[in-house]
Amino acid sequence: MVLAIILTIIVIGSVAFHLLTPWTLTELGSNWQSMDAMLHISFAITGVVFVAVTLFMVLAIVRYRHRPGRKAQYSPDSRRLELWLLGLTTVGIVALLAPGLVYYYDFTRTPDDAMRVEVVGEQWRFAFRYPGESGQLGRTSIEHVTSDNPLGLDPGDPASQDDIVIPAGGDLHLPVDQPVELVMRARDVIHSFFVPEFRAKMDMVPGMVTSFWFTPTRTGTFEALCAQHCGVGHYNMSATVNVMEREAFEDWLGEQQTFGEHLAALGDRDEDDEVSWGRELATSEGCMACHSDDGSRDVGPTWLNLYGREVTLEDDSTVVADEEYIRRSITDPRAQLTKGYPPAMPAYDFDDDELDALVAYIRSLQDDENNNPDAPDTNAER
Amino acid sequence: MVTVASADAHEHHEPQSFITKYVWSQDHKVIAIQYSLTAIAVGLVALVLSGLMRIQLGFPDSGLVDASSYYQFMTLHGMIMVIYLLTALFLGGFGNYLIPLMVGARDMVFPYLNMLSYWFYLVSVLVLMASFFVPDGPTGAGWTLYPPQAITGGTPGADWGILTMLLSLAIFIVAATMGSLNYVTTVLQARTKGMTLMRMPLTVWGIFVASIMALLAFPALFVAAVMMMLDATMGTSFFMPAIIAMGQQLPHEGGSPLLFQHLFWFFGHPEVYIVALPAFGLVSDLISTHARKNIFGYHMMVWAIVIIGGLSFFVWAHHMYVSGMNLSFGFFFAISTLVIAVPTAIKVYNWILTLWKGDIHLTVPMLYAIGFVVTFVVGGLTGLFLGNVIVDIPLADTYFVVAHFHMVMGVAPILVVFGGIHHWFPKVTGRMMNDTLGRLHFWITFLGTYVIFFPMHYLGVLGMPRRYFDYDYEFIPQSALDLNTFITIVALVVAAAQILFLYNMIWSAFRGRPSGGNPWGATSLEWQTPQTPPGHGNWGPAVPEVHRWAYDYNVPGASADFVPQTEPQRGPSQGHGHGPEQPGEKGHS
Repeated sequence: MVLAIILTIIVIGSVAFHLLTPWTLTELGSNWQSMDAMLHISFAITGVVFVAVTLFMVLAIVRYRHRPGRKAQYSPDSRRLELWLLGLTTVGIVALLAPGLVYYYDFTRTPDDAMRVEVVGEQWRFAFRYPGESGQLGRTSIEHVTSDNPLGLDPGDPASQDDIVIPAGGDLHLPVDQPVELVMRARDVIHSFFVPEFRAKMDMVPGMVTSFWFTPTRTGTFEALCAQHCGVGHYNMSATVNVMEREAFEDWLGEQQTFGEHLAALGDRDEDDEVSWGRELATSEGCMACHSDDGSRDVGPTWLNLYGREVTLEDDSTVVADEEYIRRSITDPRAQLTKGYPPAMPAYDFDDDELDALVAYIRSLQDDENNNPDAPDTNAER
Repeated sequence: MVTVASADAHEHHEPQSFITKYVWSQDHKVIAIQYSLTAIAVGLVALVLSGLMRIQLGFPDSGLVDASSYYQFMTLHGMIMVIYLLTALFLGGFGNYLIPLMVGARDMVFPYLNMLSYWFYLVSVLVLMASFFVPDGPTGAGWTLYPPQAITGGTPGADWGILTMLLSLAIFIVAATMGSLNYVTTVLQARTKGMTLMRMPLTVWGIFVASIMALLAFPALFVAAVMMMLDATMGTSFFMPAIIAMGQQLPHEGGSPLLFQHLFWFFGHPEVYIVALPAFGLVSDLISTHARKNIFGYHMMVWAIVIIGGLSFFVWAHHMYVSGMNLSFGFFFAISTLVIAVPTAIKVYNWILTLWKGDIHLTVPMLYAIGFVVTFVVGGLTGLFLGNVIVDIPLADTYFVVAHFHMVMGVAPILVVFGGIHHWFPKVTGRMMNDTLGRLHFWITFLGTYVIFFPMHYLGVLGMPRRYFDYDYEFIPQSALDLNTFITIVALVVAAAQILFLYNMIWSAFRGRPSGGNPWGATSLEWQTPQTPPGHGNWGPAVPEVHRWAYDYNVPGASADFVPQTEPQRGPSQGHGHGPEQPGEKGHS
């Protein structure tokens, strides 16, 4: 009897929880009402089955629990009942599947007027690219990737000259009510681009281009996050999506520098040889996987404005990030750990002149607000 | 029968020394106990890991676990529970113990191979445990081990950890292959006189079909593991395209990460049923025995097991709807996935129809069986959400998935394991498990897991992604994080309550009430052995002969409320025809 009562409470409690739960869908921000509708249909149909099956068991337990003298009925099967149940189940399944597949067909068909935007995933950040006036995204290759060309655009491809690259850490801007096709790449491992309010998501797979489409239906800012386990920083991989009115979007896009302009500016860069070498080392040795050069938070502290700043260590003491501190942080990273960051960095064994170059590069990373006359142009642009 | 004769000859060599009897044993019953105890031990490790994970999720400020350890614990928890606990326990534990006894054989057909199977399994467990002690610890790639992530620097344990994991899996697959060959051959070749296929208990059917599936599915994982090992050590590029990992371009190009996913899930989805089908079989027998009523629709139940087993090889890519594979595949896999729900639903109906008009004894095994049905119904129904591709797209990789698979292939099979252990413990030890402790453990475990996983679905609907070490996002309200804290507290209570079960098992093995040979009044052959626990060779001088199916409970006109399978039919009109002679007979009202 206790069992029957508790099973009844489970049924009532589950239904009540479903109706009263504060944890439910976020407010829809895209055209995929169909996904919400199918979710509700699924809850309704499966909910009925759950209640029916469980209450049937409750009834069986109440009526047929053991009492002295009870005998069970000997009834091996009933072909008619079994066929009825088979039929009803099939109807339920078709009721879920048929509308589901019709809606899914929409998802597989990208509208012709969809605006293409590229998303590129890397551990643990998103970068974006717009096709520019040509309407075409330029060719890319992993071999072209450098810290000045993080998405690996082919500088020789005319279509890439007018592309607009929003490097990792930047926001994705989209015009409202405009169908968007996100074409997606990954530089290192598999990631996924997921904005809960947009519902749709898709993995970004290295070595191939994936895509999906949606239409943002309301303006505002949304959080995009990675939904496919991509390593130790997976939970921190996110970006902001800014859905704007069409005019505001056009204005914003017009202000961005094209890839061609970016290359031209690099050519004019007046930079110390040691700083250049430090930049190359930082890229080739993998420093930039965990440290940003633009102030954004990553696995490790950013290098922007690091030099000369006061750093709070794990034991709450402070130290000024001078040359000696930076060198020690590279060769023995756990000696003076910055507060709030995991002890994730391996010790590096660089030659003295390599360390000098890295320090020079880090020293050069000062933005305009710090009024450092050495600041390279590229950082201000970001 | 040839095999029976050879098994008889085998009996003359009954081992005497402790070593040959309990360590290098070729007796299926001892091997079953070895398998079970090893699986439970390694399962406890996985349970502790889940507790540590839950502490991080419920109390993120505690600082007990860092991100690397979190992902390592998560990976090992999943892999151990699915492979090294559930698969090993159902096939190596229950399968080994019950198949020969239930089909009336003296032992497995290949006893030496059976022994090797256990020792390979033990080595695979030891290699897996060793990965805690290699440089940088075990892999943190998630139990799905997707490359390139599994073998690149941003993931914990990407050097030694992943290699020990893959090596351990390869060894496990060798063990599972030797075991499964044995189970399949024994069922096909060593059944006693009169034990036709359609008279076998559903337990045997479930394990039999699961073993065939293991033989077909595990090779896909084996080649995937070998290929990934080659990618990681020999510079091949099966799964590795040209990438820049941790700032450096790796010397790979042209490989396909999706290829691994196809291989993994070609194994991975049948694997769900390799765990589920034995659970289906066991629970059918628990319900029938303790409701004192024949299983409803036996033929349908057998065919459902066979059809589910077959179909489960055609649904794997429903795990990959948003993986970037061609979207057109979604149509096919959504249809095949939802079709498999039909035979599965039939099984649920038949369980509850077996209860109807029964004589339901709410024993501890029956409680677990009913707990299983409730949990499995929830987990099965949420499978209809995730199998339906349009609903899966928003829910994929969220807590909805975590809740779903824990219900359907975590909690539900584990409840069957507990019920099965309570049910067959008297046969294995000759003693009953303690009833009060059993009930207490049931209620805490059943209600606790329901309270843990039911609300978790709604965190998934909200959009909370899985495999997150920490949740610092605007769209996630504080109340969701509070719910996580609540879930953690319940999870820790449930985890601690497992001590009740362990204590009950150990205490009862030595001090439990003597049970006699057939305490539940069950019909199937294992309860009819001359000795309890059964001696070497199981049956004494003569193997039993079978005259009826395994579900003759409350047969009209019979004196007792059960008729053992060994009991001869009294006349041509008796027995309601569930032998092979009248397979299609109707006429029961």
